[in-house]
Amino acid sequence: MSTPTFLQHNRIRLAFHTLRAGEGRALLLLHGLGERSPATIPGELLTWPGPVYALDFTGHGQSTLPRAGGYTCEMLMADVDTALARLSSATLVGRGLGAYVALLTAGSRPERVRGAILRDGPGLAGGGATFNSPFIPYVDPEQASPPDPYALIELSTDVRPQDYASGFARRAAQFSGLSQPIMVCARERPPWLAAVIAELDSESCTLQQALSWYADSEP
Amino acid sequence: MTIDDELAHYPGAQPPDRTRTLDAHGVQLAVYEWGDEDDRPLLLVHGGFDFARTFDVFAPMLAEHGYRVISYDHRGHGDSQHVELYSWLADERDLLAVADDISREPIPVIGHSKGGGLLVHLIEAMPHRFSRFVAIDGLPFRRPPPDVAERERTLSMHDEVANWLDHRQRAVSLKRKPGTVDELAKRRARMNPRLSLDWLRYIVHQGAQHDSDGWRWKIDPSLRMGGFGPWRARWLTDRLPGFPIPLLAILGTENEPMAWGVRREDIAPFLPPSARCEVMRDTGHFIHIEHPYETAALVLDFLDV
Repeated sequence: MSTPTFLQHNRIRLAFHTLRAGEGRALLLLHGLGERSPATIPGELLTWPGPVYALDFTGHGQSTLPRAGGYTCEMLMADVDTALARLSSATLVGRGLGAYVALLTAGSRPERVRGAILRDGPGLAGGGATFNSPFIPYVDPEQASPPDPYALIELSTDVRPQDYASGFARRAAQFSGLSQPIMVCARERPPWLAAVIAELDSESCTLQQALSWYADSEP
Repeated sequence: MTIDDELAHYPGAQPPDRTRTLDAHGVQLAVYEWGDEDDRPLLLVHGGFDFARTFDVFAPMLAEHGYRVISYDHRGHGDSQHVELYSWLADERDLLAVADDISREPIPVIGHSKGGGLLVHLIEAMPHRFSRFVAIDGLPFRRPPPDVAERERTLSMHDEVANWLDHRQRAVSLKRKPGTVDELAKRRARMNPRLSLDWLRYIVHQGAQHDSDGWRWKIDPSLRMGGFGPWRARWLTDRLPGFPIPLLAILGTENEPMAWGVRREDIAPFLPPSARCEVMRDTGHFIHIEHPYETAALVLDFLDV
């Protein structure tokens, strides 16, 4: 794996990997919960014609391990925003947790996200759509090493309400200018994702169709 | 006595008898205690953008009646450490670390504002750790949002999230604005308009630091008011009917910028039959600062039952 560039998000140093340099629209890979950026471009993404980058979320891979947790998907969205500030704009492809964060980012920075591809992967469902039994997760601080155990537990129990998720999809549709701001290539359908599909009245598609669409069709 | 010394005093305010630092799973929290170490423990939890030394009048009143009163600064607040991440859950875990450090037996707790909200959830998760709970304008309740057009709501949320992201991008270089004691007090008065300038000047001395270019609030500049997220206050409110320990809710009547705006008629249908709800007339959000004697009397009466 190449040496990453480090981007500063407040007190967090984010490892930002260049998997393929070049001209044209950038593809930014967002990994799943507990994963890290791949060392090379995964085979199924090799058809992307432009540069390819990947970001290690806070507490993952080579990015900063924070003290005593406090993870939210919104903070990971701000991680992605830090990478977007470097790239100006990009198409996002997110696995699992990265898919949910890609949705949040697409709805929050519609002028910079030129499409978000949502894929299966670890952490796609989170903690469900509604508030579950009160629970205060603890981890053994002696075990702290990437991926951060606090991230694993906090980002697999966080609530992802349908109306909250569909709000981000709506804003992506309203403000991005893209005819298809979100493309779903996931078989798993947690409630938040089902709500996004309903909001956008979209059908699922293959990864290659999505890559081709954002590489060729959208401005 | 110099002018600075005079400003560092306030009628009835007493600094803590003991201060220390607690390692809460890697985060250093500033802990304060009033009263005899051998007295019964009572934990006070402050609200958002506040700090434990705002209990300098209220806490000694409780300590006088035989309580070892403990409070602490939330992560990023007061003298506690500024950290990488902040969340409701992390705040609850920090709170529990302080409770663990006091006793493994059930203890009584008082929460003001956000401190009350944290405690509602924490007590529901771990009812065996707490004996009685006082919420000072600290019960979660959210009225239905105003009836605005969907398009307007979408635009407003878009702006709010974009502003928050812009703030995150600037956070690394942000510093609190410096000023004189008076300037900081007047700035805080915008959010605490019912509190006297004398009090606000006093808490500048406790919650701000004196740098070479002036006074600055100690709170982490990356924190800011408001925000957005998936949490819904109603999730906590809906569980109040089954609240597991005795509860006293103290509410004010006057709305102000920091107030939660909860009225007795709003919250009463959700309270368990055993709960007490007291309303202080002509009082805002900082009930224990506006009326410390009356608030302490209500609390002591409730705790001593």
